[in-house]
Order: sequence, then C-alpha cells, then structure tokens
Amino acid sequence: MKLLFERSRTGRAMNLLPDCDVPEVSFDESLLRSSAPRLPELSEVDLDRHYTALSKETYGVNSGFYPLGSCTMKYNPRVNEAMASLPGFTELHPLQDPATTQGALELLHTAGKYICEITGMDDMTFQPAAGAHGEYTGLLLIRRYHQLRGDLEKRTKILVPDSAHGTNPASAVMAGFTVVSVPSNAEGGVDLDALRAAAGEDTAGLMLTNPNTLGLFDPNILEITKIVHEAGGLCYYDGANLNAVMGHARPGDMGFDCVHVNLHKTFSTPHGGGGPGSGPVGCKAFLSDYLPSPQVREDNGVYSLYDPSESVGKVRSFQGNFLVVVRAMTYLFSLGGEGLTEASSTAVLNANYMMHRLSKSYEIAYPGICMHEFVMDLKKLKDETGISAMDVAKRLLDFGIHPPTMYFPLIVHEALMLEPTETESRETLDDACDLFLEIAKEARENPEILHSAPNTRTVGRPDEVSAARNPILRYPFE
Amino acid sequence: MSNYLPSTRDERLDMLHAIGLQSPEDLYAMVPDAVRIHGLNLPEGMSELEVSQRVTALSEKNTVFRSVFRGAGAYRHFIPAIVKTITSKEEFLTAYTPYQAEISQGVLQSIFEYQTQICELTGMDVSNASVYDGATAAAEAVLMNVDGRRKKKVIVSSAAHPDVIAVIRTYCESRGAECVLLPDDAHATDLNALKAALDAQTASVYVQSPNFYGILEDVETIVSLAHEAGAKVALGVNPISLGLLKTPGEYGVDIACGEGQPLGLPMGFGGPYLGFMAASKEMMRKLPGRIVGQTTDAQGRRCFVLTLQAREQHIRREKASSNICSNEALCAMTASVYLAAMGPGGLRKAAMNSASHAHYLAQKLSEIAGFSLVEEKPFFHEFLMHCPIAPEKLNARLAEHGILGGLPVDGAILWCATEMNSKAEIDNLCALTAQIVGEEAGK
Repeated sequence: MKLLFERSRTGRAMNLLPDCDVPEVSFDESLLRSSAPRLPELSEVDLDRHYTALSKETYGVNSGFYPLGSCTMKYNPRVNEAMASLPGFTELHPLQDPATTQGALELLHTAGKYICEITGMDDMTFQPAAGAHGEYTGLLLIRRYHQLRGDLEKRTKILVPDSAHGTNPASAVMAGFTVVSVPSNAEGGVDLDALRAAAGEDTAGLMLTNPNTLGLFDPNILEITKIVHEAGGLCYYDGANLNAVMGHARPGDMGFDCVHVNLHKTFSTPHGGGGPGSGPVGCKAFLSDYLPSPQVREDNGVYSLYDPSESVGKVRSFQGNFLVVVRAMTYLFSLGGEGLTEASSTAVLNANYMMHRLSKSYEIAYPGICMHEFVMDLKKLKDETGISAMDVAKRLLDFGIHPPTMYFPLIVHEALMLEPTETESRETLDDACDLFLEIAKEARENPEILHSAPNTRTVGRPDEVSAARNPILRYPFE
Repeated sequence: MSNYLPSTRDERLDMLHAIGLQSPEDLYAMVPDAVRIHGLNLPEGMSELEVSQRVTALSEKNTVFRSVFRGAGAYRHFIPAIVKTITSKEEFLTAYTPYQAEISQGVLQSIFEYQTQICELTGMDVSNASVYDGATAAAEAVLMNVDGRRKKKVIVSSAAHPDVIAVIRTYCESRGAECVLLPDDAHATDLNALKAALDAQTASVYVQSPNFYGILEDVETIVSLAHEAGAKVALGVNPISLGLLKTPGEYGVDIACGEGQPLGLPMGFGGPYLGFMAASKEMMRKLPGRIVGQTTDAQGRRCFVLTLQAREQHIRREKASSNICSNEALCAMTASVYLAAMGPGGLRKAAMNSASHAHYLAQKLSEIAGFSLVEEKPFFHEFLMHCPIAPEKLNARLAEHGILGGLPVDGAILWCATEMNSKAEIDNLCALTAQIVGEEAGK
C-alpha cells in the first residue's frame, strides 16, 4: 500500500481556510523555519481513499470475533459515540468557569458514584488516561500514605505476583518502589507462604488482579489482603479483569484500598487501535485527601472543583480523557445495576463454554471453572507436532478471527489466553470453537500449513528482528 | 435495559447445562461467601432513547461559546470534515493495539505516517506513537535522561504551562529526581537563573516556547547553555506554530514534545488529547511508548510492525523505560489526517492566520484605555494584557454575548486568537470590551 507521502503531488491541496482578513504579522527571520515541513499534498478524494484502503487492512471488534485475553474486546455501542460527539461536550474549553460546565461536572461526579458502587470504593479520580497511568496514580496514593506517616523511607517494596501484567512492575518503579515478585501456587493463585515470607516492615503494598491473568478468582483473597495489611502495607487492585465480577464481588469488600478500572475494557469504550483509554482510580475514604487535583464535588446540586488537601499533585492536564468518560457513563446508564451484573455472568459463562469445548483438543493450563478468560497451554501440542502457540494464532488470521493473547501470562510457556466477552452470540462462540478444533487437527495432519500461516493476508509474518536491528521509523523522502 | 447481550436467557441456560452447571450461581463457586454480592445498588438500565435524552440533557447544562478567545493549553481550531469521517471508521475505532501485524497493517502504517509527520513538523529524527497528553509527554521527556545515579536533576522553566509543571513535578518526585523550578524573568525563562542552576548533575532542562504567556523564548541561548553544562533540552512546542516558526530540530534540542490537541482534536473539556514526542537519533532507545518500524515479510513485501520493544513494559517489566501501554493512537491518527488534509500550505495558513489574528487583537485591545501588553516580546497567538477592570468581571459580561474571554492570570488576562476568530469577531469583541469597561468604570 502506498504511503501518504507517495500519493502526494506538488500543488495539490484542499481549500480549507480563507485568506487572512487582517494584516499578516511578520516575524523576525531568525524565528522562522527555514523550509516547510514535507507534509503530503493531496486532494480530498486521495485522502479519503487512502484511509479507506488502510481501514480494510485493520481488524476491529466490528470486523469479527476478538477473543484477545485480558483486553476485554467487547462490542462498543454506537450510542456511546453519538453522546461523546454532542457539541455540549466537545466544544467545552477545559478552563471554562465551572458555572458554565455544570453538566460535564455532574457527569464526572455521577460516573464516579457508579464506579465506586461497582468497585466498593468511596472516591474516584478521572485524571489517569489509561490503565497503566491509573496504576501509577494508585501507587502514588499508597506512597503518599506512607510518606505522611513518616514510613516511606523504610516501606520501599511493592509485592507483585509473577502472573501480573508487565505494567504492574513498571508502574511500581515509576512510583519509586522496588518490586518483589511473589510466586503462584499450583492452583494458579498467590502462594500464601511465599506472600507471608515476602511481606514485612519494608512492604509498601501489593498489586493484584483478581480474577488474575489466568482467569482464576483467588479463593484466598481475604487472607491475602489481611497478610499485607498486617504487615503495614496497602492493597492495590488492578481492575483489568473487573469484567468478570461486576455485581458479584467488589474489590472494596476483598480488602483492597484502591483500584483502577479500564473504561476501555469493562465499560465498552473503544480501544482506537491503542487508545485513548481512561483509567480512573478509586480509593477508600482514608486515601481521598491524596487524590490528584482537581476533584469534583457536589453541594446542594451545584458542582465545583477543589484541590484535595494532601494531593499527590497532577498526573495529567485538566480532567483527563473526559469524552471517554462520556461514553462510559452512557454505557452505565444503559445497563444499570442489573445489566452490569448480567454482563459479567455472561462473560464468565461464555469463557467457560469455550473452555469446555476446547478442552477436547487443547490442554487447559488450570482446569476447573474459570472467570471471564482462560489460558490454554500448547506445550504438549508443540512437543508432539512442532506447532506453537504462535502458529495457531497466525493460522486463525486466515479465517478472520483475531488471535488470543499469546505467550502471556509468562508462567505458562506456550500460552494462548482467550477472553470471548459477553457480547458474542452462541453461534460465534461455536464457530470459533469449531475452527480451533480444526486447527488442532491440522497440527497433526498438515502442520506445514500452520508453519506458513497466515496464507491469505496481504502480508505474511514480518521480519521483526531486522525491524529492530536496522530501525526505519519514518519515511525517508528519497 | 440494553446490555448488548446477543444470547437469550434460554440460550444461556442451554450453554450452562452443556458445561454441566445448573445455575449462573455455579459460575462463581470460587468466590468466597464473605465477599460474594448479588447485584449492585444502582438505578435500573434504560432504553437507548431514555439514555440519549438523559445524556443530552447533561450536555445542554453546559455553555458552548460561539466565540472563543481562550487558549492556555486547549485551542479551538478549524477541524476539516474529513478528519472525523476518517477517524470514525469502525475498524480504526474498535481495533486493539496492533500486536498482530498481519491484520493491523492499516493502523501500523497510519502510525508510521504519523511518526513521519511529527518528525517533519519538529525537525527531529524519531517520533514515538504518542503518549497521553502534552503534560505527560513533557514529564516523560525530562525523565529520559535521568539515570538515578549521576544525572538526577531536572530544571523546569516556570513560564511553562502550570499543568505541565505540576505533572513534571509529580513524575520527578516519585522517580527520585530533583525538580528545580526556575523563576521567570518578565514572563520568560530567566537565563541567568538557568546558568546558575545548571551543573554536572543536571539531566535535562524543560522549556516551553511559545510559553504559557504566549511568548517565544530565547531557545538558542537556552540550548547552548544547557549543552555546555552537559544537560539535554526538552522543548515543549505548539504544533500549529511549527507551520511557521523555527523547529526544535533547527534549535538543536534533544527532545521535542507537546500537546497535539490543536491538530484536529476538539477541546472536549480536556480530553482525550495527544502527547507527541520526538527525539534526536541518539535518544531513540530511551523514548517511551510504542514505536512503529518498517520491515519486510518473507516474500519481501514492505510491512510495518511495533518495534524496539525491548524498551517496553510487557518485555522489560520493572526495567522498562516507562509503564505506558495504551496511548492515544486514535488521536495520533486524527492529527495525522489533519496534517495530511492541511498540507504544508494549509498548516502555514492556520499558523499565520492565528498569529495575525492574535496580533490584530492585541493591537485593537491596546487602543482601549487601560489595556496594554504586559511584556513587549515576540509572541505567537497568545498574549498577556493588563486589564482595567477585574478580568472575571469582563468575562462575565462577555459571556452574555456568547464570548469566552481570555483566561484571568494574576489580575491580568491571557488572550488567544486562532484562524477561527475572524476580523469581524475580533472587532465585535473589542467594541463590546470598550463598552463594558466604560460602563464598569462609570459604576
């Protein structure tokens, strides 16, 4: 496919702006750029068709089934987009007087109340722009808590299970902590003895996803949070997997002190090919004064902004990804309490249904009842046929299904992690299962076709090694 | 209630039975009773019609100004119709991060094109795929050169945007980097204070130009002072201004960063926005976030992949250069479509018309008694003015006419104009302002 720059023809342009209707300002020559940026010169039809071509080489939730584990690729309702496009939201300047943004502040406040009820928290900030940003913010609250107690110098460690997302340890380091990895037990949960051994006077806190990245709800959750609290640490809930438990269990009741949730996972806002997301952070009341500033409050129906007294500062400009919150609020209004509860149980049902069917040909890493996702271990298949998790994933591309998450969590070596979500019909799940089973058969009967997959896309497996060794990161214009 | 579940209750019951379970309760058998709940204390769900009415009513409680003369980090520019048309395409909207290159060439290529445009705009060698916003871009930029051993000091100009400064401080504090805020000298970076603050521990210097007050900083001197002391320079820039003004690359800075919102994104009450970051080749492997590279497949066909992933959290975990994962991909595509639609001529026009309108506005306002520029320094499309009455008072009166006035800053007022503010609109603002000031003075 041609690049924008290869479609460019000197002199082509769209007529977008009028000529200047006041005298043109003249800057001193020393302040001006010496040559114009080489932006493409295109007509509107060139531009439109370029992106239509690119869109055909892009696979979204609307293109088909997207069982990408830990990413919650549920359907993104259209009404969310319509609401986020209302001029009463899009045309608001972030520094308008609060008297002129009462609707926007009410929306943030209401979204906070809903998500606090879902997570069992007391307060919430919408400043973090993504999940990892939320993790960082939550850890700043924990940091502040220890700092104000004069404990920060000795409480330097964050406990992170070995099944955690890579963002957890990376966020802990950004927040100024060192990371202690806690091993999993044979059932895939936190090893309690290892946790007891790791927790102590130097523990600042624990970061945990529950259900975890294996799709398992840790039955020892109350014991886990108790161990950390007794050591003097706080417990941080990574809400990446909240879609399993809405209306069935709440991090606040499990002993967690703060959480982040991903509006772009659980609350149906689109992923946009890698953002914008939104990672609001909730906390128990004893951490509220540390939240980033400003926060929204309500007094007698009037909404205003205030700076929490012991705020950790700002983690982003203004109020965060507001239009993403509009989408999530629309979704929350649509589903209500009962709808959210049913969404979670259906997500769990769909995962168990697929796991049950696939267990006929694939080894399940941790058999039993899973939550909203499950992990298959292809090690045995690989030993027997030479077909890896990667090969199976690439073969799925030939059939128009987005592959599951590969090689994660790290503690399962040939992992394929599937999360079907609640917004898929039984037919879709059945068709996908048939396909997975067919591919398992191919692995034994016709492995060659898997090694060379995908065979039907416009490009095959890209050479990632040379991409990293000799980086070409921009068009060279030669 | 509309919960977007395609399967009916009967179908779900069938599926439960197929896997050997009796009731939906059985799915949560692993959850201890002590933490098990049965539903949420939230209102009932609503039909789409009711939801639309409810959310629209909220949007209508806000005031949308017909005429906007406020910037201060969020700018109202013209957004060509093609921009939203393209970025609303469902494949772009609903795709995940392009890990599976074979079915993500569209998104990957668009990021590669975005990276190229950001390099062209800034005059830098390498761009990443985006970070959250201009403030986090600045924070990530200054930390790129902090090594936690010898280089652990960061110098920040107090003439930068207050939110940018606040975010840099948050990031520095948690990372254990010392953040030194330079005093300003007549609303620009104090060069003597900078000289005094620079030392062997200084990792980086952050300056914004045009700065928070709209003033163009003496970047050339700042860069030479910093480099002499062995520090890197991160320059915050307004991307529209680069249609006209000297690029960070021409100034020889090490990292260029900024808020990409002016490139086709609505003000949206603060977000989603776009943090862009571009660096010299030397700094390439320290850049945070996703980067797309060009390569070939087994048959030699050109294709694009996420690359240099050894910097990132999913590979490096606690040794990653940043924790960033989701970024602002669709906003980056928005900027890319915007820049492609504008082309070099259109972008120059947006820059020139904005600056010219701002200078015309400054001149017209200066003709009103009591209004004068706080500083006589070169500015782009924002400027700080003394105001003969309380700026809040003036703004309250302007609001009655559908005008959002400049931002009150320490008793003065920070105005902004873009290509959107026509001569007629500016003349109207100035006539109203003269009238309001006259009336208020007479009270």
